[in-house]
Amino acid sequence: MSAESAAEHVHVHEPPSSFIRRWIFSTDHKVVGIQYWILALVAAFVGMWLSVVFRLHLANEGTIAQLNNQLSALAPDSAQAQALTEQIKALQAKWFVLTPEKYLSYLTMHGTILVFMVLTTAPMGGFGNYFLPIQIGALDMAFPRLNMLSIWLTILSFITLMAAFFVPGGPPNSGWTGYPPLSAIPAAQGKGYEGPGGYGQDLWVLSIAIFCFASLVGAINFIVTTLDLRTKGMTMLRMPLTCWAWFVTAILSLLSFAVLLVAGLLLLLDRNAGTSFFIPGDLFFNKPLVDHRGGSPILFQHLFWFFGHPEVYIAIVPGMGLVSHLLSTFARKPVFGYAAMVFAIFGIGIVGFFVWGHHMFQSGMSPYVAVAFSVMTMVVGVPSAIKTFNWLGTLWGGNIRFTSPMLYALGFVSLFVTGGIGGIFLGQNAVDIYFHDTYFVVGHFHLIMGVAAIFAMFAGTAFWFPKMFGRMMNEPLGKIHFWITFAGVNVIFITMHLMGLEGHPRRYSGFNYDFLSSNYMVTCHKIVTHTAILTATTQLLLLVNIVYSLFAGPKATDNPWEATSLEWAIPSPPPFENFKGGHVPEVHHGPYEFSVPGAAKDYIMQQEPPEARPATAPSAH
Amino acid sequence: MSEATAEKAVEGAAPATAAAAHAPVKSDPWYGGVAPFGTDSKKFGMWLFIMSDSITFAAILMAYTYMRIADPDWPLVFNAQSVVLSTIMTFVLLSSSLTMVLGVAAAEAGKRKRAAAWIFATAFGGVAFTVIHAWEWSHVIHDLPEGAMPMMWGCFFAATGMHMLHVTIGVGYLVILGLAYLSGKFKPVDVEVAGLYWHFVDLVWMFVFPLIYLMSTDMTKGFGH
Repeated sequence: MSAESAAEHVHVHEPPSSFIRRWIFSTDHKVVGIQYWILALVAAFVGMWLSVVFRLHLANEGTIAQLNNQLSALAPDSAQAQALTEQIKALQAKWFVLTPEKYLSYLTMHGTILVFMVLTTAPMGGFGNYFLPIQIGALDMAFPRLNMLSIWLTILSFITLMAAFFVPGGPPNSGWTGYPPLSAIPAAQGKGYEGPGGYGQDLWVLSIAIFCFASLVGAINFIVTTLDLRTKGMTMLRMPLTCWAWFVTAILSLLSFAVLLVAGLLLLLDRNAGTSFFIPGDLFFNKPLVDHRGGSPILFQHLFWFFGHPEVYIAIVPGMGLVSHLLSTFARKPVFGYAAMVFAIFGIGIVGFFVWGHHMFQSGMSPYVAVAFSVMTMVVGVPSAIKTFNWLGTLWGGNIRFTSPMLYALGFVSLFVTGGIGGIFLGQNAVDIYFHDTYFVVGHFHLIMGVAAIFAMFAGTAFWFPKMFGRMMNEPLGKIHFWITFAGVNVIFITMHLMGLEGHPRRYSGFNYDFLSSNYMVTCHKIVTHTAILTATTQLLLLVNIVYSLFAGPKATDNPWEATSLEWAIPSPPPFENFKGGHVPEVHHGPYEFSVPGAAKDYIMQQEPPEARPATAPSAH
Repeated sequence: MSEATAEKAVEGAAPATAAAAHAPVKSDPWYGGVAPFGTDSKKFGMWLFIMSDSITFAAILMAYTYMRIADPDWPLVFNAQSVVLSTIMTFVLLSSSLTMVLGVAAAEAGKRKRAAAWIFATAFGGVAFTVIHAWEWSHVIHDLPEGAMPMMWGCFFAATGMHMLHVTIGVGYLVILGLAYLSGKFKPVDVEVAGLYWHFVDLVWMFVFPLIYLMSTDMTKGFGH
């Protein structure tokens, strides 16, 4: 057969016999993908744990503030006052009531761990590594050894970041954005610490620098793989939208981490080599820090946010791709406006490079520049709305199967819209100046970038688990997990929006609630904390589901979801070489051939022969 | 033909034409199964690396520019001697680009030993550049004033340090490449890919040299330090 003679050129490598080369230092993209996925899972639980600790702190700080208010109204020597004082002392002695420095440290680590080690790794490094080569019909990534390098650099970066907990001075406290001068001055790290100090911040910078390099290597690999390794017939416009999303994300990583690297490098020089790129000349810390004109903290913000804004798209775009894929699969309908989806992803990616200034409206900039950034920010709403309406269009009139991956995907759409509406407020400089340092921003970015992307990861896990591990996940458990988590995050972050509207500032470890409507704020803090504990505990259900299903889940068939893309044409889990014997199929159909009139079943897989699609059926796109 | 049947025919034909218009053409380089740019994947990967790395250098030079514009009294720290020295460095580095080109040409002509010789000559150029540069650095560090580092020198160390790091990595890359190529492990395209990296590093210097050195030179200061 001609197909077989053509396939003779394919080099199929045997899997390495040593355990270490097969499963630990492996160049197999599937192993690398699972390693990324596990790293993200571990990091997500560490980051979530930190958030629970400081949520407890915030709720108790509120109680303490209220008790203090009551105390000030009483006569100092009364028995009641003494009882209150005892009560306050007992509360303050609790392990989760933190010093302000510790609070900021935990906040910093929570943000850094979740943004870099979870949002950036799992959707791209995890699912992308595992499924991009299979979905486009390749035997591996273009550079398998670089792929191994990128996961191990990422793990090294994670270990470096975790090491910050154990060094003198503790973890850094300058936020995940690492704003100088706080981050640039070693002496600013932690009250009461007398030593050289601030190794935590150095480790943080080092960790980010390693991460930048790992992302660069990964991005190159993704772009080359997508363009060069597509199988026959897999034209660009026949790629599933997941692949398009990973491709655009890789371009964003390629162009943005390069700038973050410079911000980190200069910060490291400021901290250790006596330069003052980010330390202003008139800054005093017992004595003037620099004896010349000094540098500019705003410069850091420009460098950071030139990376930072594309970074939020690096986190969310893979989720958009996956959700488009899932909505189509479970609504049994082609994606509404496939080409528009592709252009919208590209549009978001390109415009994303011109809006970084909207993170800096409060830092001081020319109002003309602010208006330009504001207008560009509003422009992001156009492709975002295209995507949202296309998602709704995909669902419209569909024969929807409410499986757990579908529920997570619908949750993503909902959170994306809820969070996105806050973005329209914050993108306008005049409004942002009021909202910027309030909980409104915390609520906004958690919904749209944090939780929405996490829901995409839930969706990816539930959807691809059968393919990755050969067993189905438990559906009822998944649905319970979805509903509690979905309700929980909405309560948490919408409440934060309300607190922000009232003017509650963010990043404060404690607060004198006298001048704000005290009871309202404390009650909000308590609602958020209680819901956060509930929601965080619910995540154990996911863990239980994963572990249980890994060993006791029902065996998965090759194509349990009746999906169309190539990963469902191979066994679950896939063999080492992905396609048996290295014979990659030729692709004859678009990625979303659902409910084609006249076809034998309600989906046509991409590798099925051209005849599977009746000639009378209307063209998909 | 009545109007109604004509319409029907058009209706029936419309999807078919649309399908034909969108049907992938097998001879199209983007059809799949081949690399659409017709290049080796490694070469494409190196180009992507260069895109990213050039943004890194652009960001450093942007930071330097930002500082410099913000300061009306930016000092001109170099004298005529520095210009002579940095010109020699430039000459060494650009010569190494020439040897690299000759190395790539020899590799493509199948002359294995000659190609390796040119690769080692390129690495030697890189070493010479680094040695002169390090000597210059040691003098600058020696002459630094007490207290906080002046802004100009901070920018100098950041930009030239990043560049020197790239040259050093490049030297290691070239030595490994030369040895491996000599022993027959690598293909000519691998030499070309290394050449891309090396030329890129040289090109970066062509931005560093005028922006850092020439624009900060006061020729009236003459020689000596």
